[in-house]
Amino acid sequence: MPTIDIEDLGLDEGALFLIRRALADLQTGETLTVRGRAPNWERHLDSWRRHEGHAMATRATPDGVTEVVLTRGPWAEDRWRGALATGQSQLEPGDLPAAEADAAWGLAARGATVEAGSPPIGFSLSTRDEIWAATAGELYRQAAAGQWDPQTAIDWDAPFDLPPVIEAAVAQVMTYLVENENAALIVPARHLGQVHPHYREVQQALALQCADEARHIEVFTRRLGLRGHAPMLSTAGGQASLHSLLRAPDFSTAAFLLSVLGEGSFINLLNFLHEHAPDPVTRQICRLAARDEARHVAFGMAHLEHRLAAQPGYLIRLQSAIEQRHEELTPTAGLNEEVFDALVLLAAGELTPPAVARGHLAVQRLKADMAAGRKARLLRLGFLSDEAQRLSDLHTRNFM
Amino acid sequence: MNKPSLVMGAVAYAPKVVTIWEGFKAAFAKQGLAFDYMLYSNYEAQVEAQFDGTIHLAWNSPLAWVRAERIARSRGLTVEAVAMRNTDCDLRSLIVVRADSPLKSAADLRGKTLGVGAIDSPQATLIPLHHLRQAGLVGGRDFTVRRFDVLCGKHGDHIGGERDAAVALLAGEVDACCMIDGNHLAFGLDGTLPAGSTRALETTEPYDHCNFTVSPGAPAAEVARFTQMLLAMRWDDPEMRPLMYLEGVRQWKPGRVSGYPQLETAVDEAAFYGPDGRILDADYRY
Repeated sequence: MPTIDIEDLGLDEGALFLIRRALADLQTGETLTVRGRAPNWERHLDSWRRHEGHAMATRATPDGVTEVVLTRGPWAEDRWRGALATGQSQLEPGDLPAAEADAAWGLAARGATVEAGSPPIGFSLSTRDEIWAATAGELYRQAAAGQWDPQTAIDWDAPFDLPPVIEAAVAQVMTYLVENENAALIVPARHLGQVHPHYREVQQALALQCADEARHIEVFTRRLGLRGHAPMLSTAGGQASLHSLLRAPDFSTAAFLLSVLGEGSFINLLNFLHEHAPDPVTRQICRLAARDEARHVAFGMAHLEHRLAAQPGYLIRLQSAIEQRHEELTPTAGLNEEVFDALVLLAAGELTPPAVARGHLAVQRLKADMAAGRKARLLRLGFLSDEAQRLSDLHTRNFM
Repeated sequence: MNKPSLVMGAVAYAPKVVTIWEGFKAAFAKQGLAFDYMLYSNYEAQVEAQFDGTIHLAWNSPLAWVRAERIARSRGLTVEAVAMRNTDCDLRSLIVVRADSPLKSAADLRGKTLGVGAIDSPQATLIPLHHLRQAGLVGGRDFTVRRFDVLCGKHGDHIGGERDAAVALLAGEVDACCMIDGNHLAFGLDGTLPAGSTRALETTEPYDHCNFTVSPGAPAAEVARFTQMLLAMRWDDPEMRPLMYLEGVRQWKPGRVSGYPQLETAVDEAAFYGPDGRILDADYRY
């Protein structure tokens, strides 16, 4: 029979911990002898064991020390009868999480044992194929390592002095970027709270995507007002285009429209702004933001590759999503003239006809680059060449 | 639910009482028993309702059992204790002093001040005072009794009185105080009484706590069904476990009345109830 000596440690001073641990090693009906000297310890033990359902007998030993014999009751084991297994904590390359995540697993860490009777917690995204991406964990790690501090990563005090017309163009572009980043934050944020925590890597990737967008909103806003300029124009067409992203019918469609097509095009735009930025601050923030956006595009692509592998017929849904969005946005103006002109001016650098011609050409090249990028990604997802071209051309004129 | 076939009384000493009995009611309904419950703000009204046909049984404190049994006996009727918790059997109360107190035995309380719980608390007032009387010490004569009345009428179910007395002990306002053994441990664990700051001066004899008391004339078949379902309730049933946890029970056991004589004597010594269950203590407000 195992014996423990709690010496002069009271049950309210930690001895209960020692007794519980010793009892945990016993089967129902087995006994544990406890020796102790603390004031009131048998009384406390009697009260505790009565509540826990263990039997107890007390006896005095020849050496004058009181011994208590506890017989383990059945209820401690009973509590874990019917407990739920929740899968594998760490996934090796090629491993998949569960195809369906049980609401009864709730908020438990993946791999934990969950007591039966825990309250079911409803997560609307609880099916693997509707959210999973094989590289989600790796993209999360990259994102965690790639977080940057807006305060220190950007040289906000870098000297520059722009003509008012160029500063106004920067302010207009930044106004437009903030509006787009608001959509890019809200779409994953809406999904984030609906993802079953079993799909931890997706949850983490989305969380950092939201953090990225929050940072982008900060730096674009800060650059906008850096020289005292107020935010500029926001158009109905631009907002209609972004609004359609918020209304995407499911996670995969939202990832497709926002990340694969929208943020993919935005990388081209940010690279364009990096190249043609009239000042070092704009150049730095566009470079950092483009790096983040590339991860979002990679996550969207990885998710759709998983979904299409599991459900090849889903491709037609993606096609319909583009067509439907195009139809919805046909009556709208798309990219506002002010943004277009601002981009031309930034690439031109001045308001002379030859410079504007250069700027105009550069923006046309930007649009062609965006279209080519979209087509390449559509081809990779399995669209045939002609179809990929047609669908790329149907993408919103608002870029995002 | 249509007209219930079995109505039980319970005292609302804490909000969890509603959670517990709503849960049990639903579980009983699933098994075909049309059970309902009525909440009372105090045990006195609940016991009286056992004799006017309002409730068929009551989830009674030990003191409420004593009163119900006296009323029944005085009217030539009987009441029966059909079930209780595993945690209701063989409790003891402690008379606690500060660790550095010079008091060594019950006799040392002479001329001192003893903090007790609510006037109607079996575990923190009536039974400890009886215990001291056995040692020849009568409250009010040999020592001063300071009562910590919290939520009277709830027979000490609300442990606020015990906690207030314990705090007064630490503050030096009383020389000793009374509490159930489990609360001495609980107050140590939650920091009310820092570990090692107090010690038990006296320990009472064991006594039993609550039981389900069947009213005279209650429908026997329904009571039997209720008792059977209660005794069959299992801690490993995930639907029942949260309710059993709230109720402080691991297993329901058949009722027994062998654990109440000490309280019977204490009630007489305190002149709390008369032999017919009348309330005698003029200070009792509920």
